[in-house]
Amino acid sequence: MNTPLLEAGQLGVEIGGHQVCRNLNWRVDAGESWAILGRNGVGKSTLLATLAGIREQQCGRLSIAGLALPPVRPGEGLRAMARVRGYLSQHQFDPFASTVLETVLVGRHPHLGRWDWESADDRRIAEAALNELDLDGFAERDVQSLSGGERQRLAVAQLLTQDPQLFLLDEPLTHLDLSHQVAVMEMFVRRSAKSAAVVAVLHDPGFAARYCRQALLLFGNGEWLAGPAGEVITAPNLTRLYGHPLRELSADGHRWFVPR
Amino acid sequence: MPTRRRALLVLAALAGLAVLSLFLALAAGSMAVSLADVLRAVVGSSDGLAGEVIRGLRLPRALAAFACGGLLALAGALMQVLLRNPLADPYVLGISGGAAVGALSAMLAGLALTFINLFAFAGAFGAMLVVFGLAHGDSSWTRTRLLLTGVIVASGCGAVVALIMSIAPEEGLRGMLFWLMGDLGHSISPWPALAVLALGLVVTLPFSRELNLLSRGDTLARTLGVSVNNVKLGIYVLASLLTGAAVTTAGSIGFIGLVVPHLVRLAMIRLGWGNDQRLLLPASALFGGSLLLLADTLARTVIAPQQLPVGVLTALLGVPVFLFLLGRQPNEHQ
Repeated sequence: MNTPLLEAGQLGVEIGGHQVCRNLNWRVDAGESWAILGRNGVGKSTLLATLAGIREQQCGRLSIAGLALPPVRPGEGLRAMARVRGYLSQHQFDPFASTVLETVLVGRHPHLGRWDWESADDRRIAEAALNELDLDGFAERDVQSLSGGERQRLAVAQLLTQDPQLFLLDEPLTHLDLSHQVAVMEMFVRRSAKSAAVVAVLHDPGFAARYCRQALLLFGNGEWLAGPAGEVITAPNLTRLYGHPLRELSADGHRWFVPR
Repeated sequence: MPTRRRALLVLAALAGLAVLSLFLALAAGSMAVSLADVLRAVVGSSDGLAGEVIRGLRLPRALAAFACGGLLALAGALMQVLLRNPLADPYVLGISGGAAVGALSAMLAGLALTFINLFAFAGAFGAMLVVFGLAHGDSSWTRTRLLLTGVIVASGCGAVVALIMSIAPEEGLRGMLFWLMGDLGHSISPWPALAVLALGLVVTLPFSRELNLLSRGDTLARTLGVSVNNVKLGIYVLASLLTGAAVTTAGSIGFIGLVVPHLVRLAMIRLGWGNDQRLLLPASALFGGSLLLLADTLARTVIAPQQLPVGVLTALLGVPVFLFLLGRQPNEHQ
């Protein structure tokens, strides 16, 4: 079990002529939880999409649980990848009506053979995920009738149903109220404490400092800083990161950052 | 979503409906034939006039009607997934327009029926290549670009069709009009259409779960292991082929391709089964086939000995039914 869940070597990512990161050397192991912080438009989502294999890197090496990206054989490579890494996108689409249970069961796709139908076990996994996200009783609801926060929790439940080892989360807390923000972060912390790892794009450095053990800061000019949250998430670094002076406060053993 | 057993039960019931429609189509017509005679004719033991009429005239036409209905419904369901738009139909990307240009040109030149069908298929194929070439230019698959290209090509074909009809001699106009509205009197043999329908089902069924994912967005599908571009290309080519085969057999019959997948989806949502392509695709094919078969039976008997173009009938019957169902659907969007 020494294969890192994510390994980037000299990774370069660009979007529209803008350098997201240059020479990124980064390793994520099971048991770790990373926050990615940076200003709007700095390329956090672009980097995460690259890690998820949705877009290709400009240069450098990238592998997920030992599987190289981009995959050599796209068909089977993508399926194998889907069993080890899950990706939560910022946007969910529901052009057709569909039940909540059906939507959450979609996550089982990479574990099923071509002719398989979802088994009773798959259903149990899906229902457990719904319970964990406080969506019990929603199974028969139409996804198109859900509120923004409920839809977001459904997307997280779908990700749990997929049961990957590496969770790539693009703003997992959007649309969630405070109690669900805390619940979702605690749930991911529990998951990463076992044999999984979490990489999450977050906007609140306080949440990042409280729930993530590591952090990657993207400064916008290709520069980056990665390390333990306690060393990386500091008021001077965040002031430089956001281009706005921040101040650190402590309460109940947690650190919070407020704009001056 | 339905369990596999329930899905199979539904499909068996729909297959039963198809067989019933087939017997009705064989029995109905200007020459009344008893069901016993129909059975005898189908198994091939009747030599009389009834046997001749059924085997030589009614059976090929009934099979062609079933095949076309199935092809259009399946193609419509696939287009709705490809364009991720419940309003898409098989003709939205200009395939029927291309076929119409081909068929009407052949009619204008006074060619035989075989050539009309050949030209129709060539036109459908040409339109598919043009739309694909223009929309796929930069090797990306932008939905909007595909849709826009298709709509523009379709309206271009519409202009050419209008041009052909305005310079065509009076006596040819009726045939052209019938072709444009869809008419099964043109079909020569039902077997090519049936073969394409079978091929379409065999090819799509193993990929139905991928299509379910695709209907929920490219990003989700790709992160769950679907080779999105390949699957989309496959759907596009297959849906075009299905539509081309249907249009070649019976002209551009409207309504079936848009509405049958919708009706099936509405029924599935009522049952709490959502939008599962594993049931939706074969159920649409069977239901679309039966519906067109019944409509065609009606079209050739209701004002017999005169015949109506079946396309007119599908629209006249279908539009109010569809509006009624849509009106009864509870508004989910609060």
